[in-house]
Amino acid sequence: MTTATAVKTEYEAIIGLETHCQLSTKTKIFSSSSTEFGADPNTNIDPICMGLPGVLPVLNEKVLEYAVKAGLALNCEIAKYSKFDRKQYFYPDLPKNYQISQYDLPIAEHGWLEIELVDGDGNPIRKRIGITRLHMEEDAGKLVHAGSDRLSGSTYSLVDYNRAGVPLVEIVSEPDMRSGQEAAEYAQELRRILRYLGVSDGNMQEGSLRCDVNISVRPVGQKEFGTKVEIKNMNSFNAIQRAIEYEIERQTAAIEAGERIIQETRLWEEGSQRTISMRVKEGSSDYRYFPEPDLAPIEVTTEQLEKWRSELPELPAQKRHRYETQLGLSPYDARVLTDDRTVAEYFEAAIASGASAKQAANWIMGDIAAYLNKNKLGINEIALKPEALAELVTLIEDNTISGKIGKDILPELFTKGGSPKAIVERDNLGQISDSGALEKVIDQVIAANPKELEQYRNGKTKLLGFFVGKVLKETGGRADPKLTNQLLAKKLNG
Amino acid sequence: MIDREQVRKVALLARLELTPQEEEQFTTQLSSILDYFEQLSELDVTDVPPTARAIEVKNVTRPDELQPYQERAAILSSAPEQEGEYFKVPQILNVEE
Repeated sequence: MTTATAVKTEYEAIIGLETHCQLSTKTKIFSSSSTEFGADPNTNIDPICMGLPGVLPVLNEKVLEYAVKAGLALNCEIAKYSKFDRKQYFYPDLPKNYQISQYDLPIAEHGWLEIELVDGDGNPIRKRIGITRLHMEEDAGKLVHAGSDRLSGSTYSLVDYNRAGVPLVEIVSEPDMRSGQEAAEYAQELRRILRYLGVSDGNMQEGSLRCDVNISVRPVGQKEFGTKVEIKNMNSFNAIQRAIEYEIERQTAAIEAGERIIQETRLWEEGSQRTISMRVKEGSSDYRYFPEPDLAPIEVTTEQLEKWRSELPELPAQKRHRYETQLGLSPYDARVLTDDRTVAEYFEAAIASGASAKQAANWIMGDIAAYLNKNKLGINEIALKPEALAELVTLIEDNTISGKIGKDILPELFTKGGSPKAIVERDNLGQISDSGALEKVIDQVIAANPKELEQYRNGKTKLLGFFVGKVLKETGGRADPKLTNQLLAKKLNG
Repeated sequence: MIDREQVRKVALLARLELTPQEEEQFTTQLSSILDYFEQLSELDVTDVPPTARAIEVKNVTRPDELQPYQERAAILSSAPEQEGEYFKVPQILNVEE
């Protein structure tokens, strides 16, 4: 009898992200009202963002600068000719009944960013994710549903237009991602880049960074894409990853059961850790885009473009490569140090002041990071300056002080600052590396512990550690550990 | 030419409620307007770039300087309904983007 073994079909997910990101300008994209988060309802409104008759919107020059810089940092081509368009739809959060956006001539197109994951052995896995386009647009207002937290249960709604007209860039990726992890890393790298540029704070809780995911599943080897589902409402990178993993499982199970995937929008529910259907998309909406007649087209001059390009900082991916290849750091260390630009710059300043890269990295990622986390501080908010960290690292490396003493003086350095060298001299913390001085202490310790000495001489040699500890204690941790070991062993055996 | 079905669709997109008489009337009127514009297609525009606006201006921007609008109360009170500092709108039945 023969049994046929069914070959299990392997599936792959095709994932693309649409990210809306608020630009850190003081005022709105087309009017001079504040963009401040958390203001009282409808305090930051004006006739332009409210679309009252007879007003003239004018583009905020910072919005253009930030959008172009973001486009350059994402390796995009910057459009020679770009314009704004009206996207028309009715919804109460949209005061004008159209959104000013960019349709067929976005400011930037055809770019990419590089994500870096670390595999089980600590090796970097790098992948380029294509950027289809980046365009400028205005945000809509915020709806509050009275009588219920759900739309369907409300008898009426309240609207706050403070957000209406807040500048956004929408960044659309190519469908280049294959897992929840890749997508979460893409979103994090995008935020890192925008933060390095200083064009956005990328705060997901305040809605400064919002990601929508497009995802379909197909059998490996199939050329055509499966039916695409959109997922919204993830407010952390972790939620992006989990929503995608849930959706891959759901779609795969549906396909295996012979069900049809419906093209729809689904909401991620954080509480139940699943996606729920929001609405079925009936074809593509009819937005009737047309060129915005009130706004002049944009032609970025070559001089302007080159000036903005010259203002770009070294970006996270470039720093990671440099830390790994030139400084010999592990991909993991490089990734942690470059996550925040201020930390990376602190690290670089410490190296420039003479610290070894590996030691500076260890202190920053270890004791300093722990202190910052515990006290909710940024690295530039502590009194320990990078130059002083370099001094501390050097004192340990040239054996002036032990690593333990280094840790002991950290609290003072964090709060009061100053020179580690001066503190070591003031408190007489220098390492005792003088044999004569050490022998004196050792003789005292041996004389004070005759029982242990006898046990040691009877073969219990692991008591060496006991004696080393005693000597370190007697010297307040200042005894050179290596020399102490040597001298003790000699005396105990002799 | 435009047919009645297209007029209905345009009216729906613009949230306009038309009577059957109005549908008939606008189908005729819009058709004659479109026919009039159709005359332009006699011109050969193969080498003419599309024109989005009639005035030759570009790169009009303003500095990012805060100038809060002083009469927000006037904007709020011009809405049909308010509740506290909010604009009040009827129940939302259809979710549409």
